[in-house]
Amino acid sequence: MLKFIGVRLIQMSLLFLVFLSLLFFLLQAQPGDFSTQFLDPRIPPENRDLIAARFGLDAPLWKQYLTYMGNVLQGDFGVSFQRYPRTVVSVITERLPRTFFLFTFATLLSYYLGFVLGKVLAWRRGGSQEMSITLGGVLLYTVFYPWFALVMIWFFAAYLDLVPVNQFLTPLRWRDAPFSANSVFTSIIWSTLLLSIGLGLALWASRKPDNETQRRLVKWGGVGLTVAVFLAFWMPHEQRTYATDIAHHALLPIFTLALVAFAGVMLITRGSMLETLKEDYILTARAKGLAPKTIRDRHAARNALLPVTTSFVLGLAFIIGGGLITETVFSWPGMGELLLASVLTQDIPVAIGALAMVGALALIAHIIVDVMYVFLDPRIRYQ
Amino acid sequence: MALEQKPPDLEIGPPITGLEGSDDEPIIAITEPLWRIRLRLLWRSFKKNWGLFAENRIGLVGLFVIAIFAVMAIAHPILMATAWGGDNREIYDPVIGYDAVVKEFTVVEEVTDPLSEIELIDARFTNINAQVGDVIEQPQQPASPSSRHLLGTDPLGRDVLSQLMFSTRAAFFLGMVAALVTVFIATTVGSIAAFFRGFVDAFLMRVADLILLMPLIPILIVIGGFWTIELWQLGVIIGILNGFGGVAIVLRSQALAVSVKPFVDAARVAGGSRWHLIFRHVIPNVLPLSFLYMMFGVTEAISLEAILSFFGLLNVEMSWGLMISIAQAEGYLLRGLDVWWLLFPAGLAVTFLAAAFFLVGRAMDEVVNPRLRKR
Repeated sequence: MLKFIGVRLIQMSLLFLVFLSLLFFLLQAQPGDFSTQFLDPRIPPENRDLIAARFGLDAPLWKQYLTYMGNVLQGDFGVSFQRYPRTVVSVITERLPRTFFLFTFATLLSYYLGFVLGKVLAWRRGGSQEMSITLGGVLLYTVFYPWFALVMIWFFAAYLDLVPVNQFLTPLRWRDAPFSANSVFTSIIWSTLLLSIGLGLALWASRKPDNETQRRLVKWGGVGLTVAVFLAFWMPHEQRTYATDIAHHALLPIFTLALVAFAGVMLITRGSMLETLKEDYILTARAKGLAPKTIRDRHAARNALLPVTTSFVLGLAFIIGGGLITETVFSWPGMGELLLASVLTQDIPVAIGALAMVGALALIAHIIVDVMYVFLDPRIRYQ
Repeated sequence: MALEQKPPDLEIGPPITGLEGSDDEPIIAITEPLWRIRLRLLWRSFKKNWGLFAENRIGLVGLFVIAIFAVMAIAHPILMATAWGGDNREIYDPVIGYDAVVKEFTVVEEVTDPLSEIELIDARFTNINAQVGDVIEQPQQPASPSSRHLLGTDPLGRDVLSQLMFSTRAAFFLGMVAALVTVFIATTVGSIAAFFRGFVDAFLMRVADLILLMPLIPILIVIGGFWTIELWQLGVIIGILNGFGGVAIVLRSQALAVSVKPFVDAARVAGGSRWHLIFRHVIPNVLPLSFLYMMFGVTEAISLEAILSFFGLLNVEMSWGLMISIAQAEGYLLRGLDVWWLLFPAGLAVTFLAAAFFLVGRAMDEVVNPRLRKR
């Protein structure tokens, strides 16, 4: 297992280096360079050359490439052309938590929704209920996403006026805020992470007792306790009003992204459940006289989980693409928006940095899923 | 493939006797030409698969929607030649058409409903003597649906229905190009990787991993920086990125399962060359799954085109994405249902066509994958 992870890590880092080189040459090969995009045309040519020399842009491409790769290995992705004195790393670290926030909640919500609906679909095969849920899910999955996001904004923000229209916070309220938005973000992420771990533990513990009343007691007691601790942490917290402001802005983008992404999970779960339901042990479970719900949730659904996990890696691209559109349409200043803006303005260092970051995250997710297989399906062993 | 190997009902010629000396049993000769037998086998497997496909109502819904769009695509050039042709061409052309629908507006101080009211300063462009409270006639853009323009006109005074139908053709064309390229590349790459294994396999799969790492939209923007992408080129690029990425990985695993089947070994023992084995034995058995991904490829291409032209990153005359992009650029977006004909026809067209291909793909999945069937 450890050896497998080691080999995999080495493979992945090699792949990452190749990916980075490819990005470097692809973006450098674009017509136009920083002098046409970011420099005042009135600057005389000799000064222009001087500026290029200061950035090391007068060197031949191979030399630039070697310097760049050398710097990257030391964790230095250069400086942004657009936001000049700032380094790429600082721009990305500022944006990353915001995307992480959006992305994690939307993914969790869509996977939960998709998995629950998918197993119900497979269980109640045929009939109009299946047909309507599938049709609705597919329509949401293939919906013209920017349009859908705009319709959602129109309906929930402009028409019903429930949530703010755009941005990730209300600038007026933050004008004399004593702390940065990102510090609030970090506390939100950590506290909700702990909250979800607590909820998970409570649900896990509620499976243990034998009789139904005890189970219910443990379940609701655990959930209540975790939520109480969560509230007790936030209620007296000095950042509370700011945190609710962010959460208020985040509601619509998260909900929209999850709505679009859940159908993919739902359909995969349905397919994999249908295959699992044909296995012999399901027949055995039925013959034993177990309750249908137990068969569905404990015997079939757990074994149907594997393809759903695999789909996470392949679906990552979908969510990244969806995140990019979400952030652009909702003006959510995260990685996706940064990616689009930097590619459009040819801010090459930031573009390479952001693309590399997205690629690295995808690779890490890939490894995590590979390891998770072993826990989900004990029949799988890596030599 | 769900093809049952029953012997076909052959046309049998008269028994031939008297050959090879003293044989008592007559030799039965098949007189029907081989191509007709093949054709009939094909027809039979098609009928059987169609039966399986038709069991799934969802797939039929998808086919029905595709058929409606196909009719729209075919009807547009016909309409342009007849009802919308001649002098009407200037009105109904999807790109350069223009029609000012004259409507009465009330002149007011401050506009609350732009569809029936007009500000004083704007009204004076038409009539210099206009006063607040007057009713003046003014061309309206976008015009709401009328018998002249069934879906109204867009903010530039062009007929929305004509644009919608015109864009259908482009969507079909792009989807087909992207899907064919996807299937061609994915099947070839997947089969070759699975058949040769070893270095070739590792190399091709690492390339696939590499392509999977690239978010499609930014990469397409970067590629768009090199030259102005035409529609068919976009189809080819989407096809390559799609086909060499995720789809190739899926088809490789299918080809891997096929290439260890006994009939491949038998063909090898019989002296078939590598390429013969790949093209005659492996690829035909991977194709059903490829066709499935072809459907999903169409879905993806249609959505991507709409997204790119929505952000104004594509050089197209008219498309569904562009229609919404124009509505957004002219500021009609958050008006919602008031200007529904600007937002909903185009947005729903993209959604429905993409969904229809996806649904057909789902239904085909049940034909291709016996484990998903009801029985």
